[in-house]
Amino acid sequence: MSTVDDELLLEVDDLHVEFRTSDGVANVLNGVGYSVHAGETLAVLGESGSGKSVTAQTIMGILDTPPGVVTGGAIRYRGEDLLTASPVRRRELRGSEIAMIFQDALSALNPVFTVGFQIEEQLRVRQGLSRKDARARAIELLELVRIPAAARRVKDYPHQFSGGMRQRAMIAMSLALDPDLLIADEPTTALDVTVQAQIMDLLAEIQRERRMGLILITHDLGVVAEVADRIAVMYAGRIVEQADVRELFSSPGHPYTAALMDSLPRLDLKGQTLETIKGLPPSLLDIPPGCPFHPRCKRAEQSCREERPSLHRLGFGRVSACHFAEEVVESRG
Amino acid sequence: MVEPILSVRELVKHFPVRQGVLFKRTIGQVKAVDGVSFDLMPGETLGVVGESGCGKSTLAQVLMRLEEPTSGAATFEDRDLFKLRGAELRRMRREIQIVLQDPYTSLNPRMTVGDIVGEPFEIHSDVAPKGSRVTKVQELLEVVGLNPEHANRYPHQFSGGQRQRIGIARALALRPKVIICDEPVSALDVSIQAQVMNLLGELQGEFGLSYVFIAHDLGVVRHLSNRVAVMYLGKIVEIGTEDEIYERPSHPYTQALLSAVPVADPAVRGQRQVIRLEGDVPSPLDPPSGCRFRTRCWKAADICATETPALEPRTDGHLSACHFAEVRSVVP
Repeated sequence: MSTVDDELLLEVDDLHVEFRTSDGVANVLNGVGYSVHAGETLAVLGESGSGKSVTAQTIMGILDTPPGVVTGGAIRYRGEDLLTASPVRRRELRGSEIAMIFQDALSALNPVFTVGFQIEEQLRVRQGLSRKDARARAIELLELVRIPAAARRVKDYPHQFSGGMRQRAMIAMSLALDPDLLIADEPTTALDVTVQAQIMDLLAEIQRERRMGLILITHDLGVVAEVADRIAVMYAGRIVEQADVRELFSSPGHPYTAALMDSLPRLDLKGQTLETIKGLPPSLLDIPPGCPFHPRCKRAEQSCREERPSLHRLGFGRVSACHFAEEVVESRG
Repeated sequence: MVEPILSVRELVKHFPVRQGVLFKRTIGQVKAVDGVSFDLMPGETLGVVGESGCGKSTLAQVLMRLEEPTSGAATFEDRDLFKLRGAELRRMRREIQIVLQDPYTSLNPRMTVGDIVGEPFEIHSDVAPKGSRVTKVQELLEVVGLNPEHANRYPHQFSGGQRQRIGIARALALRPKVIICDEPVSALDVSIQAQVMNLLGELQGEFGLSYVFIAHDLGVVRHLSNRVAVMYLGKIVEIGTEDEIYERPSHPYTQALLSAVPVADPAVRGQRQVIRLEGDVPSPLDPPSGCRFRTRCWKAADICATETPALEPRTDGHLSACHFAEVRSVVP
């Protein structure tokens, strides 16, 4: 495990976001809170629609407004509230303090400009480098992410790169202004496993060298187990559990986390019926009362239908939003 | 001895690459599938794994006769799949069906679910006479775990997992013997993925189906398959029982692929030996001579460039296409 610095980089506090659509108001985030320290990897785990990407977009200030509206909460970067900061200040922070890489590198890169130009643009605008200096720096960055023949490839267009190379180019771009916090939104989901291994290695190495904070958004339990220090599990716009990676895998403290792990195909259960989570995630237009997971939960009792469980402490640095969290942990222990 | 239900021999599919506006010249061939042979036994699941561009989906398209093969043969119950024409071909199509990856684009948004699942009966009207179609469709929806009363709804009213069930119901409509599943669960969330995998398992037992199960997720393939074929750049590099491939892989590519899969257990972090492959998969337009994996292989020697290794029994007896095949356990 990497050593976790004490310096607190980012604090998301009780964040609420709703999407106002023609079908009604979708409550996309309903009080999300997590924090990231320097040198730490926080994995945000959740299924489609759980709000993990919207949280990231809100932190970056790239949430589509409308339909998205932040209705409450705070995001503090080194103590400074981003939600009340001026657009100019937010722009200053974006890229140089907090950077982001996206899942689909092909659509995140502009097809009509060369890869080099897209890296150089921010260096020239933000750091005032000359064309020549920016080009030299872009080549350095491409070498850092191990693009072969970087001096030549810097003049290529995104479509001339393979999927893995495009993702590397995007990592190079995100590192150009030397950010302290990197948000990676499903960085390897579109890639093959052998390429995924290369990219995750690269990210881990760069993070270690620069002591960056990393928020890794993913739905892949395998990737999480390999690189995360801490995990926040999201469901229907809420954090349902947050814990150290080892604790979470050995004894999950929320029935949803436990069910997710049970639904993975496992060696010792080959050919047998997999455990499933019955039903579907709730519609964000109409989140069930009480615990939002109760219609799909095996343990659900009357109290789960009526009373919304709050996140409560469950040992050191560990929280769960389940009325029966202690029992869930024990049943696995 | 049980006869294979589907037998594929030296299957080749090349796509010509053309250039020019008026006079198109063929400037090369994309060698998508380049000499693939395998047998599928009745009631068996053959997993096909490989990374993007290895030709696994083209293989599915050719077996469905959606693409014509460049050369090679396939026998389905003593009939030559690629020689069938007209009425004979249409009859054969009942026997082999396909479930596609993307449940969002593989269903016509303007058709109701009932029409989608019942459409095969339009073409094969002798399977279900007009009067019985509605009941047949309702039965099929029930079999895949959907509410039969929802036959009048449209695809957009269903979630991803439910749509995949609709696709499965459509594939089952003509009571096929073989279903080719082309990445059937890749687009689904983990919790939904398990539901669809269970359904595929149940249906296999109920209807005695044989599956060709194409996927890139090695865990999913292992869970459902009896035998597994590993593809790289249009060729099968190793094929064997699930145990032989996962426990005793002998081809370096299989070993690298297996070792790269992240293990969902932080306790083994750092203990696994991951074989890192350098670079990317070469272009199928101009694959390397000899062994196609040699450009990324740590064992490559002179012979690998000059002589294509045959897919033949090596090490413990399962088929592997490597001159230096050697069993190595990579999965903890």
